[in-house]
Amino acid sequence: MLNTEPNIAASDDFYQELIDLHRDLSDEESALVNAKLILLLANHIGDAAVLREAMQAAREEVGGTPLPLGEEKG
Amino acid sequence: MKTYTNPVYPYTRAADLSGAPRRWPVIVAGAGPVGLTAAIDLAQRGIDVLVLDDDNTVSVGSRAICWSKRALEILDRLGCGERLVKKGVEWNVGRIFFRDEQVFDFNLLPETGHRRPAFINLQQYWVEQFLVERLGELPHAELRWKNKVVGVTERGDDVTVKVSTPDGEYSVHADWLIVADGAKSPIRGMLVLEAEGQVFRDRFLIADIHMTSDFPTERWSWFDPPFHRNQSALLHRQADNVWRVDFQLGWEADPEEEKKPEHIMPRLKAMLGDTADFEIEWASVYTFQCRRMRSFRQGRSLFVGDAAHLVSPFGARGANSGIQDVDNLMWKLELVLKQRATLTLIDSYDVERTFAADENIRATTRSTDFITPKGKTSRIFRDAVLMLAKRHPFARRLVNAGRLSVPAVLRDSPLNTPDAANSEFEGAMIPGTPAVDAPVTGPRGDWLLAYLEGGFTLLAFGAVVPESNVAALARSPIPISVVQVGDRSTTGACVIEDPDGVLAARYDAKPGTCYLFRPDQHVCARWRAFDPARVRAALARVTGESAMVEREAA
Ligand SMILES: Cc1cc2nc3c(=O)[nH]c(=O)nc-3n(C[C@H](O)[C@H](O)[C@H](O)COP(=O)(O)OP(=O)(O)OC[C@H]3O[C@@H](n4cnc5c(N)ncnc54)[C@H](O)[C@@H]3O)c2cc1C
Repeated sequence: MLNTEPNIAASDDFYQELIDLHRDLSDEESALVNAKLILLLANHIGDAAVLREAMQAAREEVGGTPLPLGEEKG
Repeated sequence: MKTYTNPVYPYTRAADLSGAPRRWPVIVAGAGPVGLTAAIDLAQRGIDVLVLDDDNTVSVGSRAICWSKRALEILDRLGCGERLVKKGVEWNVGRIFFRDEQVFDFNLLPETGHRRPAFINLQQYWVEQFLVERLGELPHAELRWKNKVVGVTERGDDVTVKVSTPDGEYSVHADWLIVADGAKSPIRGMLVLEAEGQVFRDRFLIADIHMTSDFPTERWSWFDPPFHRNQSALLHRQADNVWRVDFQLGWEADPEEEKKPEHIMPRLKAMLGDTADFEIEWASVYTFQCRRMRSFRQGRSLFVGDAAHLVSPFGARGANSGIQDVDNLMWKLELVLKQRATLTLIDSYDVERTFAADENIRATTRSTDFITPKGKTSRIFRDAVLMLAKRHPFARRLVNAGRLSVPAVLRDSPLNTPDAANSEFEGAMIPGTPAVDAPVTGPRGDWLLAYLEGGFTLLAFGAVVPESNVAALARSPIPISVVQVGDRSTTGACVIEDPDGVLAARYDAKPGTCYLFRPDQHVCARWRAFDPARVRAALARVTGESAMVEREAA
């Protein structure tokens, strides 16, 4: 199950590091860094159900049609 | 073309034009790789087959180049695998490049102990020519060039095929029609059927060039290379120093312009260098599609190959899967024609091969999305994967330059007998899996697959099938031949040895273990001990006639 309770000890530090990660980058470069970060973290998590839940949560309230639950692409 | 001259096969006037129309057990419409394979399989089974083709030669220009291990194994069974392998070039290794550097390489067959490599590359026209020649050796087949199917009508258990020839039209009858007339399938249209799916909004320049070069025999895929910015490209060797080159062109490209040598040459020079010495053999511009018919059976018309399903070529799954359609269907047709099985066995062709087609469509659609990402974000993720892949092994698994053809595991097939709860099998060889090869020794040579040819085979580990049972199984209405894995002291049925234990390891076998293989070499059932009643029951499940088989085998 996706843990959405506080889990990062120094959350302000983390947040600042995340913003700093993008310093001096163009929007395009930032998008690439974000994509790489997502892929690295997703592999670390590994659990398909957790990843799917996270994707659902990320997509919430962002427009488009909501994702069909648990459906495989293809 | 410099390296190949298309044969012109003779047209002869069909006797049917004057005499009464003959009735055939099976007619095959279309002599492409799939129709030809179908005819060879049928003729080898002793079934009379008429093949009709509207043309009088093999494929003009190469289309398929990569022939998979499984397709070669099937063609081995059909007596022409060795010729393909001798003429073609073997390969197992691929390399991925992103921008100006190599990201990683991969090996598609990292283990030894298989007769055939992961792939050979050979131009489609050579393959078709070899198939035509193989078919010519078989007395039960007749191949008529310049005989175009122009009408198909079905009445009860009769299919009437109307044929147009240079000398006029005639009709001919069949119990079954194999529809192998390719992607556009005129016959599909005649029967008012459709293949549904999607067209990818992109265009590809596909060229075969003749070049003497010391590039290795590997599959090289480029993403966004310096010589073709923002697009993908591919280079792959074939026989006779011919190389396949693919360039992604984008949807806006003008196919007629791009086909002209003055546009192709600069692209090739940018890729191969100004000094490379090459000639264009053949070039074309393609748009790719993924589609399939809802059902591959329409009464007594059975659709195979591109007529039934179409994939983009990134996984080399077109012809390879068509050959597997044929492998799946022909033994079923034989049993039904001989009234050893009910029509539900023919329906299992539809069930099993639409399942496989969906797998192929899914795989090639995903590859297409990776190779030609649509939209900014999918392009960003694609590039992110390629950047990560250089240093991080996990990302290499996400790189999708084509998931190259592997046979489907028919895990949910109605023909499978599920493993008994207490049999505790491990490994990959679950019911529905095509047999995996292994080195053995015995009377029919050094590879397992040669012992699983033609009909049903029971592979028994140890001398566990009593002689009387071996004889009874061989004599039953649907004969089962027994192959025992033993040693020099084992007597009786066909005995093979497993000198290095590779066979037993690949099949997770213990003394007593028995595997029942279908004529297409798929695992049908398996047990930890021999029990003739269970073997009969497994067979009855396949034929759909439990009662008949039980009675006659008793
Ligand atoms: C660029 C490219 C690359 C490819 N690479 C690969 C690859 O590497 N590996 C792979 O496995 N596949 C590959 N494919 C796919 C492969 O070429 C096809 O899947 C294969 O040719 C299908 O064989 P088929 O026999 O079903 O149909 P076809 O080859 O199309 O043959 C159909 C035959 O039917 C005949 N016919 C048509 N209408 C009639 C009629 N009315 N009456 C009588 N005869 C008729 C035609 O003349 C033809 O001979 C590639 C395709 C392309 C375009």
